[in-house]
Amino acid sequence: MSIIETRKLTKYYGKARGIIDVSLQVEEGEIFGFIGPNGAGKSTTIRLLLGLIFPSRGSAAIFGKDVIKDGPEIRQDIGYLPSEVFYYERMKVIDLLKYSASFYKSADPDRMIELAEIMELNLNRRIEDLSYGNKKKVGIVQGLLHRPRLLLLDEPTLGLDPLMQRKFFELIRQENARGVTIFFSSHILGEVQRLCNRVGIIKEGRIIEVSDIHTLQQNNYKRIYVAANAIAADYFELPGVTNLEQTNGGVRFFYKGDIDAIVARISALELIDVTIEEPTLEEIFLHYYE
Amino acid sequence: MNANMYRFEIRMRLRSVIIWSLAGAAVILTYQAFFPSFAKEAALVDEVMANFPPEFLEAFGMGGVSLADVMGFFSFVFLFAQLLLAIQASLYGFGLVSVDEAEWRADFLLTRPVTRAQILTSKLLAAITALLITDLAVWSAAILAINLFNGGQTVDQHILFLMLASMPIFQFFFLTVGLMISLLVKRVRSVTPYALGLAFGMYLLGAFSDMAGDVKLEWITPFKHFDGNDIVLHGAYNAPLVMISVAIIMIALAGSYWRYLRRDIAAVS
Repeated sequence: MSIIETRKLTKYYGKARGIIDVSLQVEEGEIFGFIGPNGAGKSTTIRLLLGLIFPSRGSAAIFGKDVIKDGPEIRQDIGYLPSEVFYYERMKVIDLLKYSASFYKSADPDRMIELAEIMELNLNRRIEDLSYGNKKKVGIVQGLLHRPRLLLLDEPTLGLDPLMQRKFFELIRQENARGVTIFFSSHILGEVQRLCNRVGIIKEGRIIEVSDIHTLQQNNYKRIYVAANAIAADYFELPGVTNLEQTNGGVRFFYKGDIDAIVARISALELIDVTIEEPTLEEIFLHYYE
Repeated sequence: MNANMYRFEIRMRLRSVIIWSLAGAAVILTYQAFFPSFAKEAALVDEVMANFPPEFLEAFGMGGVSLADVMGFFSFVFLFAQLLLAIQASLYGFGLVSVDEAEWRADFLLTRPVTRAQILTSKLLAAITALLITDLAVWSAAILAINLFNGGQTVDQHILFLMLASMPIFQFFFLTVGLMISLLVKRVRSVTPYALGLAFGMYLLGAFSDMAGDVKLEWITPFKHFDGNDIVLHGAYNAPLVMISVAIIMIALAGSYWRYLRRDIAAVS
């Protein structure tokens, strides 16, 4: 059974596009990265999973249960960290966290204190006095204190300083190690690359790729740089070559296809230098968006 | 209903309830305190009032009753208390779910393991509790005021009871209609203008229906459903109008649940 399964999930806001025919499966114990630029539909997908908004078409299930019909039961085991955190401004952090804990059967006060210490969060401050990053920390503690089975993180590191980001990722890895499934949206690809097993790429509301992160890097594209004496401008105008770029004395491009063919082509040149490497996720991503 | 949410929502309203209760009690006590001097100059008061057009008197809660009569005077004071109660209840109604949404914190409750019906019911019951606390304060003040400042006249306990007992239903009207409207519009950015609009709008409709005479505006405004002057004159509620109030409350309540259970909660974009 998949932890998250969406079937042709579609959301229109009036006539404005939210997401279209999103079908995804996230398996137990995975860290799934959901990537796309702002406005692609990442938050819409997460809000549909949480029952904050209702689908125009299609359906979504978490733990095998329908997110609308069984929403309250499902949410007992979900931790959610919104991209922008807003709480009752006049409350103290500790009171907000206790209020949040009061909704869950499995809330653990010791865990709350422990999390606050890890994230260096002062529990006695008022929420209105907190900086953006500190509010985010409240969100993190609030999302984890009931030991959820699934974490939905919407741009989780937005507003956290690099040190806190590292602590946060450490926390996420620990949670994942004890079996928690993590669904995590981001447009910062470095962090997705470091953390995730699989990624889904969303563009203008549609899923355009779901892939194992290593497969995505290995099988799809190679980033090739060739420096040689006298390369004709169209020498690499081959099927599978994209983003061709002339640089000082060489060419740089992405290649997808038979590796033998491209190597043969390269070796016919009078080479000075050559590198063939896996592209970063960022480059793959940009490729999808061009 | 969820007990945690209910307690939380009550605590959020505590300061507001205290202020409205004090304001309601103060209005009743200070206005009624003028009555003994009115009673002393009964003949003069009636003569002055006779010079006003009756429509004008109706609009200000003095229609068909004498300000020199203790129940007549009280029904005039009661109209001011009603106006306050209407504003308070409208504020609570319009703000019930829209304030959380306007401050972008609605996600918090809606992502907890509770149903939307539980959220709305807890919030409604908390608001109703708050309104009833205010009613208690106003009732106490009214009983105190009318016993202190009756100019030696006999207080008609039955009429007093009818007036005071109408307050909760009167407030539920503004609470539920405010809530319903807040769920019909796309987004309530600020609660106050809507709430004042509803409360004063209904008051003015009541006043105009008196001045315009034949226009049946009393069908929709609770200021007419529970008109103090009318209760003094007839010693009873106008039953059909009360039924209209109850019906509107039921429809607004059902409509509010219907809308809220299907509502898309907007996110910052």
